[in-house]
Amino acid sequence: MRYLPKSDAERRQMLDEIGARSLDDLFAHLPEPVRLNRALDIAPGRSEYEIVDYFNKLGAQCGNYPSFLGAGVYRHYRPVLCDVVVSRGEFLTSYTPYQAEIAQGSLTTIFEFQTMVCQLTGMDVANASMYDGSTAVPEAALMAMRVTGRERIVVARAVHPEYRAVLDTNARNREMSVVEFAYDASTGLSDLAALEAAMDNQTAAVIMQSPNFFGGVESVKAAAEIAHKHGALLVLVFTEAVSLGLLKPPCEADIVCGELQSFAISPSYGGPFAGVIATKEKFLRQMPGRLAGQTKDSNGNRAFCLTLSTREQHIRREKATSNICTNQALIALMATVFMTVYGKKGLRELATQNLSKAHYLGGQLARKFSAPYFNELVATPRRAAGLVNDELLGQGIVGGLDLGRFYPELSGSLLLCATEMSQRADMDKVAEAINRA
Amino acid sequence: MINKTRQHINQNEGLIFEVSSPGKKGYQLPDLDVPEIDPAAALGVAAVRSEIEDFPEVSEVETIRHFTRLSTQNYGIDLGLFPLGSCTMKYNPRINETVARTPGLAWAHPYQPESLSQGCLEVVAVLERMLLEITGMDAVTLQPAAGAHGEWTGIMLVRALHESRGNGRKKILVPDSAHGTNPATAAMCGYTVENLPSNEYGMLDLSALERQANEDVAAMMVTNPNTVGVFEADIQKAAAILHAKGALVYMDGANMNAMVGITRPGDFGIDVMHLNLHKTFSTPHGGGGPGAGPVAVKKQLEPFLPVPRLRRVGELWTLDQHRPASIGKVRAFIGNFGVLVRALSYILAHGGPGLRNATLDAILNANYIRKALEPYFELPFKSPSMHECVFGDDRQAAKGVKTGDIAKRLIDYGFHPYTTSFPMIVHGALMIEPTETEPKQELDLFIDAMISIAKEVEEDPKFVLAAPHNTRTSRVDETTAARKPILRWRPGQ
Repeated sequence: MRYLPKSDAERRQMLDEIGARSLDDLFAHLPEPVRLNRALDIAPGRSEYEIVDYFNKLGAQCGNYPSFLGAGVYRHYRPVLCDVVVSRGEFLTSYTPYQAEIAQGSLTTIFEFQTMVCQLTGMDVANASMYDGSTAVPEAALMAMRVTGRERIVVARAVHPEYRAVLDTNARNREMSVVEFAYDASTGLSDLAALEAAMDNQTAAVIMQSPNFFGGVESVKAAAEIAHKHGALLVLVFTEAVSLGLLKPPCEADIVCGELQSFAISPSYGGPFAGVIATKEKFLRQMPGRLAGQTKDSNGNRAFCLTLSTREQHIRREKATSNICTNQALIALMATVFMTVYGKKGLRELATQNLSKAHYLGGQLARKFSAPYFNELVATPRRAAGLVNDELLGQGIVGGLDLGRFYPELSGSLLLCATEMSQRADMDKVAEAINRA
Repeated sequence: MINKTRQHINQNEGLIFEVSSPGKKGYQLPDLDVPEIDPAAALGVAAVRSEIEDFPEVSEVETIRHFTRLSTQNYGIDLGLFPLGSCTMKYNPRINETVARTPGLAWAHPYQPESLSQGCLEVVAVLERMLLEITGMDAVTLQPAAGAHGEWTGIMLVRALHESRGNGRKKILVPDSAHGTNPATAAMCGYTVENLPSNEYGMLDLSALERQANEDVAAMMVTNPNTVGVFEADIQKAAAILHAKGALVYMDGANMNAMVGITRPGDFGIDVMHLNLHKTFSTPHGGGGPGAGPVAVKKQLEPFLPVPRLRRVGELWTLDQHRPASIGKVRAFIGNFGVLVRALSYILAHGGPGLRNATLDAILNANYIRKALEPYFELPFKSPSMHECVFGDDRQAAKGVKTGDIAKRLIDYGFHPYTTSFPMIVHGALMIEPTETEPKQELDLFIDAMISIAKEVEEDPKFVLAAPHNTRTSRVDETTAARKPILRWRPGQ
């Protein structure tokens, strides 16, 4: 086996040192009934060539067509440097940087990641990643519960349906209740009157997403005012991080959490992605997840280390803020390189291209909702949505998401996304298929 | 004598913000093929930001130098032995990275039609089947994103089963040798954590378990081999005690690398367990993730597994979203798919016989180190070691040198430290897990280094206390970092 770096002679030598007759001797102490006395029913090992060929064949079944799907997973160009950096063995094959003296590479990039997320979101502090956006949401809710001492969460229906489903799973397994509030059927934005009506003095947090699941840009300020009036925190969720290149940072929110998949992370059938939680300084001690901080080494040089770990499970055990241990460090590094490559001007330009493409597409369609939108929009084809998508697939294009899957009342409407990778000719085909009677 | 390292030039590197200056750039976007839209007109002036304050502006060459220089300040498995106990830092085959980037798989959208996703679903199906064969369990979900996420999923399954039987239970038993994630997980699921003391051999204490197991116990969370690297010989008896009270046994699969191909949790009484694909199955740790924490269960827990579930309908794979008894969704989409691809690549490369050989070599390496270091370090538990061995720092602590200090000195010798101060049942633990992918030469260098440090502790403990001496960064002041947190860069800082 090519990953096992010993000769049989070396194994023999080592067994002699140990005083064992054979390798099987080494586990002869396992009770007989628990031993597996047969070979695993898994075929013998394959060569590198065969493995590459196997996955190429599987990949070939997946088409890799131009796509207008968004809904939390976006098709953005991945700058070459992102893979170049994460392929460095010193990053790829390192561990969580507990030993700061030989992990300054990871620690420095984490510190930069935290800084860039703060700059984008307008928050004071950011953690060094959660599993993804969907799991960051319940973690933010729990954080708000610890801050307020309350157990009720009010969440917008225009938040990603799968994020809400993960929140519900949490709520069913601990002291947390979740109430949803509606979106406005004409604007597609969260209905603030419905939010006001859903509030009470036991509400820990309001959770809202912007751009929301339908692509609409929400009023963070107005939602924050309602939340704060009732002593609750506003948790602002984002799924399309590129939007932060153009949109005003959600400074009025108390916690910002979301998904960085848009930053050079391939869709990869849903993961691995990188979630993040950012917040105001005053809530820092209630924040879950790893943090890198700046300090000095014994020679007085600037250095970084993991810090405030008294919040974490390996110190606090059952009293920890979360059980999270392994997070998404390498993916966060990928996002850090992405943010560096595009930088201040580039991210804005990229966001403007996304806006322009989506508005080119949206401009040809009768949109379902009237709210301003970033790079996603909802349109109702004149024919059955499934028929339109099938027809597009026949032309080698993946169409939109039939919203009936998550919103029965929107059955027959398509959620469409255009990014900088969407080509004008494909958008014209999509518009034509949707508009045709 | 330090054999593995000598000093070499290693460049200073500041923060990316410090090389930033206005007008530099490392990107170029294609020309727009549609009219450019004015953001303020489309979104409203109030919704648009003027700029991303203090965001970096750097060139491409500066970007690559920055991250490359920083990378040289890191230690990784590619540089040598990484003997972190419980972490299974084994070689990460590069083909795993290559196949995870196969275009059809890497660009697959989770909402694309299932007819287009058959290749992805086949990966899931094949990996599920192989993990079931390896664990001896009946069903598995690949969705949890990491070990702790798997624990959370598994304990919710436990709750769901008990509730379906109409008896909500309150407690989870956790041995005092457990990983910190175990009690944290139980608490996250709303359970009370009850500590289960280990016996004098560092193993499950059956008489204590007899006393503590009752109708209020939902499950015991156990690690096997346990965190001192010893196989729980009485695991079947322990499971029987719990099962008799209607409680379940959860196994933390962190140490599965000791068992693949020689014993199976499903055959020794485990009801629910997680695997760490980034440990046992070589997908990289990547400096702290991403991982994947599949949860495997026995039949009685299968109805409660998270949605969606993979199902075969005719010639096609399909995802079943409608399962009335399911605990629901634990994560959006279907999990860290790219990590699953890497794990499958690893299993295909080994094959059944190779996986078993890997386990044997992992046990061989740990025992080789144990035998060589036993004369120099205290071995608190003499039971046979599996894939890792755990020493205590008693002899060195008598000279004022603790496990953490020895670990720092080990860095000078060119090695990443072992796990320090864990498990908590060993005073000043040195927890050493070499894994199977270490050559004999590297093990010998490590053993020489540890013996040399043991001698240094005898002769010049102060020198060891001030280690590391040869790294570019000397010992880091973690106290100040926590007392006055600086968690982001600001201009002029």
